[in-house]
Amino acid sequence: MTGHEPAQGRRLRRTRFASNYGFWALGIPLAAFLVFIVYMFAYLLRNGLGVISWRFLTQPPLNGMTEGGIWPCIVGTVLVTFVSLVFSVPIGVFSAIYLSEYAPANFATRGIRSSIRSLAGIPSIVYGLFGVALFVSAMKLGLSILSSGLTLGLMNLPWIIATAEEAISAIPGSFREGALALGTTKWEAIRHNVLPYAFPGILTGILLAVARTMGETAPILFTGVTYYTRQLPNSLSSKFMALPYHLFALATQHDQMMKVRPIAFGTAIVLLAFVLLFDVVAFVFRLRTASANKWQV
Amino acid sequence: MAGTGRPRFRSRKLTDKAAGAVFRASSLLSAVVLLGILLFLLLYGVRTFREVPILRFLFGTVWNPDAYGEPAYGLIPLVLGSLLSTAIALIIAVPLGIASAILISERLKGWVRVATKTLVELFAGFPSVVLGFFGLVVLAPFIAHTFHVPSGLNLLNAGVLLGFMSLPTIISVSDDALRVVPHSYREAAYALGATPWTTAFRIVLPAARSGILAAVMLGFGRAVGETMAVMMVAGNAAIIPHSLFDPIRTITSTIAIELGESAFGSAHYYSLFALGCVLFIIALGTNLVAESLIKREKRSFTL
Amino acid sequence: MTNKITVEGLNLWFSDNHVLKDVSFAIPPNAVTAIMGPSGCGKSTLLRTINRMNDLILGTRVTGRIMMDGQDILADSTDVIELRKRVGMVFQKPNPFPKSIFENIAFGPRIHHLGAGSEIAERVERTLVAANLWDEVKHRLHDNAFCLSGGQQQRLCMARCLSVEPEVILLDEPASALDPLSSARLEELIGQLKKNYTIIIVTHNMQQAARVSDWCAFLMLGELVEFDRTDRIFTKPGDKRTEDFLSGRFG
Repeated sequence: MTGHEPAQGRRLRRTRFASNYGFWALGIPLAAFLVFIVYMFAYLLRNGLGVISWRFLTQPPLNGMTEGGIWPCIVGTVLVTFVSLVFSVPIGVFSAIYLSEYAPANFATRGIRSSIRSLAGIPSIVYGLFGVALFVSAMKLGLSILSSGLTLGLMNLPWIIATAEEAISAIPGSFREGALALGTTKWEAIRHNVLPYAFPGILTGILLAVARTMGETAPILFTGVTYYTRQLPNSLSSKFMALPYHLFALATQHDQMMKVRPIAFGTAIVLLAFVLLFDVVAFVFRLRTASANKWQV
Repeated sequence: MAGTGRPRFRSRKLTDKAAGAVFRASSLLSAVVLLGILLFLLLYGVRTFREVPILRFLFGTVWNPDAYGEPAYGLIPLVLGSLLSTAIALIIAVPLGIASAILISERLKGWVRVATKTLVELFAGFPSVVLGFFGLVVLAPFIAHTFHVPSGLNLLNAGVLLGFMSLPTIISVSDDALRVVPHSYREAAYALGATPWTTAFRIVLPAARSGILAAVMLGFGRAVGETMAVMMVAGNAAIIPHSLFDPIRTITSTIAIELGESAFGSAHYYSLFALGCVLFIIALGTNLVAESLIKREKRSFTL
Repeated sequence: MTNKITVEGLNLWFSDNHVLKDVSFAIPPNAVTAIMGPSGCGKSTLLRTINRMNDLILGTRVTGRIMMDGQDILADSTDVIELRKRVGMVFQKPNPFPKSIFENIAFGPRIHHLGAGSEIAERVERTLVAANLWDEVKHRLHDNAFCLSGGQQQRLCMARCLSVEPEVILLDEPASALDPLSSARLEELIGQLKKNYTIIIVTHNMQQAARVSDWCAFLMLGELVEFDRTDRIFTKPGDKRTEDFLSGRFG
C-alpha cells in the first residue's frame, strides 16, 4: 500500500474536489432559474404597477380598451371560477370520500383511480373542445358562464379529488375505529371523526385549485368568454369577460397593440396577484395546520 | 326505551345508506368523465373522415383547411411543431431539472430547501398567458435582436418558454423519485467513505432511474399540452420549419386558433376534434407510462 | 500494548437531548470490544460517533476527543472520508445496494481507487472468502444482492466493509435481524476477523456479548458504568448497576 499512496492520494483529493465544488456547479443552473423567476416577476411589476389604481380595478374598459379599467374581467373571472367550484367541490369531495372510505380494493377501484389521475394530465384545450361539444352544443347551454364554469369544473375535478383523498387518507384509522366501536354508523364516523380533521387539507386543495383555475384560458375560449360586453354578466347564460383572456386579447389581437400594452401589463399583474394570493394563502394554511396537528408525527 | 330507539336508528341507517350511495355515484361520475371525453372526441373526430381521407390526415404535409378549392388537412406540420418545440424544451429542462432535483434532494437542507421548492412551485402556478406575454414582450425582441432575425416569434421562442414551463414538473417529480430511495442506501455508501457527490450519482440516481424517467415523461406531457403560451410566441404558421427561427404551429394552438373560425358541422370543425383525439391519446399514453414507471421504482425498494 | 482507539470525555447532544455523558474508555487492537446496555442508552450513538456518522443528523453537538493513532477523530481538520475508509461499519438491518453481488463489493474499492480490472475481481473474491460467503455465491456473482437470504446479505455487507481495507470494524447489532443459525455463523466470523481487525460490537444480547467479546463496556442512560475484560465483568461486575443488568433485574 505504501507504493500506491502518492497516486491514491492525488486521485482522492480530486474526488473530494468534485464533491464540494461539483454540487455548487449543479447549483448554478438552479440559481439561474430562480433568478429568472424573480426577474420575470419584477419586470412585470415594474411595467404594470404604474397602471394599477383603484379606478383601474373598478372601472370597465373605455375607448376601445385603450383607457379605463378591468373591473368586468375581475367579476367574470371570479364568477366563472365560483361556478366551476359549485360543480367540482361537492362531486370531488364525495368521490374522495368514496375512494378512501368505501371503495373495495379491487380492479374496478383501481380503474376509477387511474382514470381520475389520467384526467389530471389531459391538456386544457381538450377540455375546451369537450366543453364546446357537450355544454355549448349538445346540451344547448350556449356561450355562457354556465358552459365555461362546467368546463372548468371538469378540469379541476381531478385536482380536488386528489388533494381531498390525500387529506382524508392521512387521518389515522384509529379515529374511525374508536367511533365505530362506540356504535356509530359508517357515515356518522366519517362525518364526526374524519372530515373535521381532514377539512384543512381539503380546503388547501380547493384553494390551490382556485389559483390554477383562475389562470386558465383554453377551457373558456370557446365556451363563453368574450372580448367585450357592455354590461356585467347578470345571469348564468350571459357571456363574460375574464382576466386571462383579456390579457391574451390585448397582447395579440388588439388593433392598437402598443397603445394598450400598459393595460396588458396591468392585467397581467392583477391576474398574477389573484393566483399568487390563493397559492400563498394555501401554503401558509398548510404550514399552520401541519404544525397544529398533533396526531401527525 | 326499545320503542323510542328503533325509529331513530332506522333513520340513521337510512342516512348512512344514502350517504354511501351519493359517494359511490360521485366517484363513478368522475371516472365516467374520462370515458365521456374520449367518446365525444372520437365521435366528432371520425366525422372528419367522411370528407378527408384518413391517410391524407395522418401523413399530409400541408395544413390549410381554409384554402380555396383544395383544403388540406395534413397533420405533419402540426405534429412537427409540437414535437420540435417540446424537444427543445426537454433539451433545456431535462438536464437542468434533474441536476436541480439532485441538489435539492441530496444537498440542500432546512429552510433553503423549503424556500427553493416553494419558489419553484409558485412558478409552476403562473398562468400560461402571463408566461406567453413575457415571451412576447421580452424574449421575442431579445431573440430578434441577438440573432438578427426579423421576428422573435418562432420555434426557438416557443421551445425556450416551454422549457421553463416544464422545469417545475421535472424538478418536483424527480425530487420525489430521489426522496423515495431508502436512506439505508446512502448510509451504506457514506459508511464506506463515499462523498455525497459519489453517493448521489452512483447510488441514489441509478436507484431512482424509473422515477426520473417518469419525471421526463410528465415534463414532455406538460410541454405538448400547453396552448396559450405557445399561441402567443410561436408565430403560428402551419408550416414545416427549416430552422429554429421559423414560425410553427402546434396541435394545441391549431385547435385554439381555428375552433372559432371554423363553421359548425364542417369538415374543418370535425378535424379539430380529430386533432383533439390525437392530443388526448398522446397525453393519456404519456401519463399511463409515467405512472407505471413510478410504481416500478417504488416496488424495486421492497424486494 | 497501545490502545487502538481512546475515547476521552465524550459528550453528545441531539438538539437539547444529552445523549452521551462524559464517556471515557480505551479500545484495544485486534480484539472484540462489546458495548452493551438497555435499549435507548446510547450504544448505537456512541458507535456512530467513531466513524462520524452522527454528522449526518442535524443538530448534533459533540465535545471531548476520540484519539485513533494519535489523531483526534472529532477534530474539524479530520478528513471524514478517509476516516470512514479506515473505520468500517455493518448496520443492524442488512443494506446491500440494489446492484449485483459483485458490484456491491466493487463499489468501495472503486471510489477509493484501490486498483482496477482484475485487481477488483481478486479483491471481491478475497473479501467474500474472508466473510465466509464465497462458496455460496461464487457461481452467481452477478445476481442481484437482494436474492440472498438475510444472513447472506449481512455477510455480504461484511465483505463490502472489508473490501476497502479498514483497520477498525464497527458492528451495530449485526445479528438482531437474523435467525439464530445465521447469527451463530456471524459470531464465528467475528471470532476469525479479530485476528486482523479491531472490532467494536454493539449488542443488546448479553449472551452474545459474553460469547463473542474480549472486553466489555456497559452503558446506561448515556453514562459509561463499567469497562473491563469480559470474563471479569460477567463473573464479578464492579458496579451494582452492571450486576443488576446482567442478572436481568432490568433490561
